[in-house]
Order: sequence, then structure tokens, then C-alpha cells
Amino acid sequence: MSPTSVQALSGEIVEQTLTLSIRDLSRICTVEASRIVELVDEGILTVQLDAAGEWQFSGETLRRARIALRLQRDLEINLPGVALALELLAEIEQLRRARLQGT
Amino acid sequence: MEFKDYYKIMGIARDATEAQIKTAYRKLARKYHPDVSKEKDAEARFKDLGEAYEVLKNPEKRAAYDQLGQGPRPGEQFRPPPDWGSGFEFSGAGDNDAAYSEFFESLFGRQGRARSRGPFQSGHGEDHHAKIVLDLEASLLGGQRSFTLRVPFVNASGHLESKERTLNVQIPKGILAGQTIRLAGQGSPAAGEVKAGDLYIEIEFERHRYYQVEGRDLILSLPVAPWEATLGASIAIPTPSGAVQLKIPPGSHAGTKLRLKGRGIPSTPPGDMYAVLEIALPPASDDKAKAAYLAMAAALPFNPRANLGV
Repeated sequence: MSPTSVQALSGEIVEQTLTLSIRDLSRICTVEASRIVELVDEGILTVQLDAAGEWQFSGETLRRARIALRLQRDLEINLPGVALALELLAEIEQLRRARLQGT
Repeated sequence: MEFKDYYKIMGIARDATEAQIKTAYRKLARKYHPDVSKEKDAEARFKDLGEAYEVLKNPEKRAAYDQLGQGPRPGEQFRPPPDWGSGFEFSGAGDNDAAYSEFFESLFGRQGRARSRGPFQSGHGEDHHAKIVLDLEASLLGGQRSFTLRVPFVNASGHLESKERTLNVQIPKGILAGQTIRLAGQGSPAAGEVKAGDLYIEIEFERHRYYQVEGRDLILSLPVAPWEATLGASIAIPTPSGAVQLKIPPGSHAGTKLRLKGRGIPSTPPGDMYAVLEIALPPASDDKAKAAYLAMAAALPFNPRANLGV
């Protein structure tokens, strides 16, 4: 195992700098790629195509994928349920922002 | 170690049926799931709940747990009985990768949950995930912070152990709660042809003594004197980049929001800061102050309850 280390490490902010392939995303989330495909098919994750026609995910997708997979596992809800929960969470977020910016 | 009353955690009777256990779990899981819950101790409650369900949903583990009775009297430490575990066989690895309590580990061990996946795909070691709680200043100013993480590993005899590892991390200025830092090569170590995995660190902020954080915006509850709100004033307020003078417009009231553009978290684009006014009343603690209030009462025809119809 790696020894206890005290060294200054620099990283990058995933949401700002990275784009992820489906291989990256499934590895980071430790799920089979088919689970990621399901999330895309349900409209939970959005993809873009790179020059070679391969799926590409923005860095922000990582957090969304992890939340979706956790909700699916912990609450035993199906994908349409996960999609609905995520939409409602986004709506709550918008309402909070609207309340903050209003007077 | 602390005894965990799994029935109490799940809010069910000791003779609850399997169906009741499942219902209780689902109801509480929806309430306390850290991704959806706004309860302030959601994370801890959810962890306890997952552990309780892991035991009570499994008839073998539940039977073994029931033998412990109600636990020690309050204030006493729990020790597993010497003959613990004899006559029971625990099958099936837990499917929850959360860390369980010392109490759980002492009863059901860790080996059932040691999931060594090995390299997930050829050429890349396993990635690790962690969550850290940062002071807001780390994001406002950038800088180094060190963290101690518990790293699980499988020891020579095949059992799961954990060790502490301290990392000193350069925090990118302007990082937001919920964002993730990737530290390349800090996950599972390299082995042979397999390169090291990465470590993903999710950021959360501690409560700040002045500011409440909403995404990239900061909210400051700003106490003002009644005359500052009504007559207007220029007052000194703290911002992440130092104190500034803020103009309070005349006729302000409690709840008035004043936006300071670009004074929030210095991300791209930078967030804003909102000062939300609170009216602080000076105490009428001596005769002079009382006289001032009485003079005000006499001078101002003011009914604060006019729209209550009285």
C-alpha cells in the first residue's frame, strides 16, 4: 500500500476542466458501462459526440451520475423515479435562487 | 463502544415483520438520503439507518443481534459476549459500501464486505472517492489544506483493514460546494502494468461565521439600527476581499436585499454577495434610552398593526 504521505497535491476541478468518456464515467462510478447507457436512455445524463462520434460527458455529469446511482441503490427506485427526483431537486434549487434574487 | 439500538433507529417494534422493516427503511431513507434531504444530520442518520437495515433485513444477522437483548444500561460500554457468533453463519456480502460503525464491525466483521475488484478495466487501478469539509476561506482565497482519510485495504490474511493517510491538497480558488477535485494517481496504487487509480474529492463547506453559501453566492445577514434603515446610511461590512462601505438606501426595512455584484465566491463567473437587512433594536436599558423611545412614540403616529384591522 502507498505509505502515509504529506505532500502538496494539486488537482483539477472535475466540473470545470474534464470531459469524460463512457469508459471513464463507468470506471469512476464503479459500475458497468451498461448502467451509464441506461441513465442516458432515460434522459438523466446528456451526451455530446466527439469528432470520432464517441460519447462525451461534461465534468458535471459525474456528480449527477453518482447521485442517480445512489438514489437507485439506496431508495430502491426505478429510473423514471430517479429522473423525476432529480428534476424536482433541480426545481427546488431554482426556487431557492429565485427567492434569493427577488426582493 | 457504543451499543446501537437498530430497532430504535428504524422506529419499529422488536417483533416487526420483514415487510414492516422494509417499509420503515424506505420511508426513512427517503427522508434522510443525503442527496435529497435538508435535515441537518441527514448524513449520520442515513448511515445509521443503512447499517440497521443491513442487519434487520437479514434473518441470520437479525437473530444474532436479537440475542444481545436491549444492550447495556445507559452509560455502560458494550462488549460483544465471549460466545458471540457461535452457531450463526452470516451469508451474503453487504451491498452497501458505506463505512459501518465499530459496533457493527465487532459483531459482523468486515471480511464480508471486502470487495476487491482489482483493476476495473485493464490498465487502470480502482478510483477512490472521498468527501471533505472545508472552511469557506479555502475557496475564497485558495491555499493548502491537509486532510486525513481512512483508506481500506485487504491485508495479507484477506481481511479488510483501514489505515489513515494524510494528504496535503492545494485547494483551487473559487471551488464550490458539490464540486469535485480529481487527484490523479492517488487512488488504488499502481501494480505491474496497471497504473494507479485517481482520487475524487467532493467538497462541502463548514458553516461560516458570517456568510451563508448558496452555490457561488454568499448571503450576509446584516444588522442595522432602525435609523440606518429608515434614513439611509453608509456602513462598513465584511466581504471576502475585505471590509467595504455599503450604502443603505433610505426607507429600507427588515428583509431588504442589497446585492454586491462579484463579491461572492471567486469562481468563473464570480458569485455575488447579498446583504439581507435585519433591524436591531437598541435596548432601553437606561432612563436616557427610555426617554428617547417615549419621545419617538409621542412624535410618530405609527400603527405597525394597521393591516391586521385593529
